[in-house]
Amino acid sequence: MRRIAVTGIGAVAPGEPGRERFWDRMVEGRPATRGVTLFDASQMRSRVAAECDFDPIACGLTPQEVRRNDRFGQFALVASAEALDDAGLGRDDLDGERTGVCLGSAVGATMRLEEEYVAVSDGGRHWEVDGSYAGPFMYPVFVPSSIVSEVAVKFGANGPASLVSTGCTSGIDAVGQGARMIADGEADVVIAGGTESPISPISYACFDAIRATTPANDRPAEASRPFDADRQGFVMGEGCAVLVLEDLDRARARGAHVYCTVAGYASRANAYHMTGLHPDGVELAEAVARAMDEARVDPGDIGYVNAHGSGTVQNDRHETGAYKRALGPAAYDVPVSSIKSMIGHSLGAIGALETAACALAIDRGVLPPTANLTTPDPECDLDYIPGEAREARVGHVLSAGSGFGGFQSAVVLSRT
Amino acid sequence: MERRAIITGIGVVAPTGIGVREHWEATLEGRTRITPFDAGGVPLRAAGRVDGFRPRDHVKNRLMIQTDKWTWFALAAGRLALDDSGFDPAGRDPYGISVVTASASGGNEFGQREIQALWAKGPEEVSAYQSIGWFYAASTGQLSIRHAFKGHCGVVVADGAGGLDAMGQSLRLLRRGGEAVLVGGTEAPLTPYALVCQADLGRLSPGADPERAYRPFAPDADGYVPGEGGAMMLVEEAASARGRGVRGYAEILGHAATHDAHHHERAAPDGRQYARAAELALERAGLGPEDVDAVFADGAGDPDSDRAEAAALARLLGERASAVPVALPKTMVGRLYSGAGALDTAWAALALHHGVLPPAVGTDPDAGTRGLRIVTEPTAPERLRTVLVLARGAGGFNSALVLGRAPADEEGAEEGGRFNV
Repeated sequence: MRRIAVTGIGAVAPGEPGRERFWDRMVEGRPATRGVTLFDASQMRSRVAAECDFDPIACGLTPQEVRRNDRFGQFALVASAEALDDAGLGRDDLDGERTGVCLGSAVGATMRLEEEYVAVSDGGRHWEVDGSYAGPFMYPVFVPSSIVSEVAVKFGANGPASLVSTGCTSGIDAVGQGARMIADGEADVVIAGGTESPISPISYACFDAIRATTPANDRPAEASRPFDADRQGFVMGEGCAVLVLEDLDRARARGAHVYCTVAGYASRANAYHMTGLHPDGVELAEAVARAMDEARVDPGDIGYVNAHGSGTVQNDRHETGAYKRALGPAAYDVPVSSIKSMIGHSLGAIGALETAACALAIDRGVLPPTANLTTPDPECDLDYIPGEAREARVGHVLSAGSGFGGFQSAVVLSRT
Repeated sequence: MERRAIITGIGVVAPTGIGVREHWEATLEGRTRITPFDAGGVPLRAAGRVDGFRPRDHVKNRLMIQTDKWTWFALAAGRLALDDSGFDPAGRDPYGISVVTASASGGNEFGQREIQALWAKGPEEVSAYQSIGWFYAASTGQLSIRHAFKGHCGVVVADGAGGLDAMGQSLRLLRRGGEAVLVGGTEAPLTPYALVCQADLGRLSPGADPERAYRPFAPDADGYVPGEGGAMMLVEEAASARGRGVRGYAEILGHAATHDAHHHERAAPDGRQYARAAELALERAGLGPEDVDAVFADGAGDPDSDRAEAAALARLLGERASAVPVALPKTMVGRLYSGAGALDTAWAALALHHGVLPPAVGTDPDAGTRGLRIVTEPTAPERLRTVLVLARGAGGFNSALVLGRAPADEEGAEEGGRFNV
């Protein structure tokens, strides 16, 4: 049976772009959250964000790539290039027909859709919008799978290609689906990950409307507080992570550096509510259990859990319940942390960023902390690695995610 | 024992009708369901619209305000598919039943309405449901909740290829141990901002005559006509179908997807990766090009894309390329984006079940069809055992699905769906 190796990682995360800047932040436990700068958020209830200090040209894109792609697409191109470079796979090293692309995004080209909307509708004055005011490349923003095409074209990937859009589990689901492409023999290499750039008025207004994002605007660096008693919601984030997934035998044969393997993946639906979560976390626990089964690990084998930990009152409670159910007593022994405390919640991207953090944790022997956890919540009583990263050599890592629409997903990564 | 994927229920919400019976009857009538359409300033004068769809018949009020029309179509088609199949989830493991939909553009009308409220009035006017009504996962989420299906649920975005990829996902999920998948795709792209975006691709037909606006493979084809709606199907593992005494419409034998990696917008002219998707799907089905009895083509309707598809079919079928019947019933409804692959799969399943290939409309064989034998009347070929369904998405997505006749039934098993269409 084929095993799936992670041989390259690329990231455009809040703060400075690049995998190493991302990992530095994880190790230092340093939040990137700040007041929103990407648009005028003064009318919004939540006015904080985890933003990427991103210059696409400085990151290597051409002016035409920048023009054709909305920000989330630009992230994907940059992170894919870094990941492939990290894996030591140039265009000539790839067998195009055996190379796939599987990227996740929850809200696609929402930024450019909104920008263009303002012009064609004249600030919302007209329902019958005027297309003569639309910029070029509107079709690619209409259907977000365009970014998958861009990555396929840029790197010569002729294998199966897909955009996964399962809300906030898109990133983890894209990695899982990419791994399955290899396991099923449909590809030998998959460029897998998640990308999102939702920091825009419509996204802020919609999460304000359901009070999902935090109004803790006076202390932006401390606004994302997963598992903390004073948490008030998530901080919107943006960014991208791309992992190069590769058949393990082939990776070893070419002497590639292997971060870890993707040993197990499962997804379930809570079929309960589009946004609400039941405190018992039954379906998330089921996804976790099935992922562990596939990875052939027991709860006691898990050395670290990277939580969804969005920082909403309901999620953190739901998730804690799920881990107790799935891991049993081991839930109290295993360190759990949420890196959303540092990089916010980037919707369809975060699952990939979290999986990347897990791969790096295994590879580099450091577990990222949960920042801003200063007042424990009695309902969230696990070891969440408060404040400071922890050195630890772990054999198996679990990452989980939950999303609007009821999606519950889990992935297990293992040291080789 | 290998797990097998049987289409046991079909639900259609499309310009051809609501429900599989109405859809198949309209199909056999063989006249276009594309109608004149006022697209405002966008250069389009015809579209395939769903006629007579009363949302309240399918979606409760409370849910209607939370969802876009695209999701109403999916909910309606989903329930129709379940009813058609006779599949009763009661007593079954909810984790064994999944929902997979394709979506290309999400909740266009809902999204435009809310973004207008934001910009015209202010953030406080944005609906509390914007976070769940517009995004691409909305239909899968709502279907999962409505039917309490807790299995691995998915949302595929690959433009026009997505619907076929979703069908492929159902096969994979069943092979991995699932019992049933409610799967398909719908689209509702006929709203103002959505149309502006579609116009950008430069492939919308400007034709005002609904019968001639969308003519794939015609030498003077001048674009496509968009349509709304799609289909959902219940795809069930063979043992489950057998256990209920249901034979089903057809079996999903194989799926494959490739990418041209050629240009961000234009299809690769040689059709090589497109042909390879079909070859791989056939290989995975344990078959070869010589087994293909009919092809449901993508039929883009613009000369470059049509030429590339003809090249792909020539690569795949060789000398048989001019003889294998090519079905283009989509000429009756337009291009449905995420609905297309699903609706074509439904058509192909019905064709296998009835032994009749559906007709295209607007095709003039004397004017030239790029060497392809396009079916223009309902046709019962001598051999109709294996059907190849093809779909492409803008940017180079290629998808192929192989369907076969439903496995031979044991004595007394019912044919097809409950309505015995």
